[in-house]
Amino acid sequence: MKTTASVTPVNGFGERSVGRLVAAHYLERLGGPIKIGIDNALGIHPEALRLRAKRAELIANNIANADTPGFKARDIDFQSVLASRTGDRFSTSGVRRTDEQHMSLQNLQSTNGTHATLYRTALMPSLDGNSVDVQMEQTAFAQNSIQYLASLRFLNGRIQGMMSAIKGE
Amino acid sequence: MGLLNVFDVSGTGMAAQTLRLNTTASNIANAQSVAENPEDTYRARYPVFQAALVSQMDGNLNTPANAGVQVPGIVESQRDLVVRYEPDHPYANEEGYVTYPNVSVVEEMANMISASRSFQINVEVMNTAKSLAERVLTLGQ
Repeated sequence: MKTTASVTPVNGFGERSVGRLVAAHYLERLGGPIKIGIDNALGIHPEALRLRAKRAELIANNIANADTPGFKARDIDFQSVLASRTGDRFSTSGVRRTDEQHMSLQNLQSTNGTHATLYRTALMPSLDGNSVDVQMEQTAFAQNSIQYLASLRFLNGRIQGMMSAIKGE
Repeated sequence: MGLLNVFDVSGTGMAAQTLRLNTTASNIANAQSVAENPEDTYRARYPVFQAALVSQMDGNLNTPANAGVQVPGIVESQRDLVVRYEPDHPYANEEGYVTYPNVSVVEEMANMISASRSFQINVEVMNTAKSLAERVLTLGQ
């Protein structure tokens, strides 16, 4: 005996129509058509990449000034800068805004944006006032490079995903 | 782009360290140079390093935060010149003393090692930035 398993059409609608109806329902709940753009598709990663590049620049400057008297090493507070640059969309902090008009914690912390680069606390202060520890800077640079590569890999994954979506293979 | 600024920054660091190596070489080469006049005697030379700040901490990620290191000038050591008793020397004064430069070869060697290490680290940074930039170029391939 041959049995065929098939989806029974509901209320006379075909299989496809049901799918379309469900999709339309969810679109309505989302508040309009889904916005598809390269920026949205790439997510947080372009911003992270830019920040990593900036941090690489800062650390390179610290290393270049390793012998400059009185130079103070600087670094970026990655978390806070990323949070302030991307808004609450990708906020990693515990506080989340549910409305744009609510007060932003990030904005409170950085009314003038001076939090972007901070001075590093010297592990071993030197006599000439230089606070660069080359070993620390080198490890920070290496770490930053790895994280940069990680962001690149994420981006690559997103691009590959889009490519396969476009090609439909 | 931030990564390409790393080249500029590390480049200034390498240039500064090269200048430091140059002055060290000059100091060592002239460690035993005497002059007819004690006033004309060679004095140890040292470069002055200064951080080249383009913008202060304005929090804007698009402005280059810094332009590496710059050398505003080279100073001569004001330490006392070395005076030796060599009556047979053609440049000896009436009492038989010859004035030698105030170069300390040991200090210069330490300076040289420090400069070459700093140079190497800057090269390392530049190489890393280069490989990262290459990876960016292959993005999406």
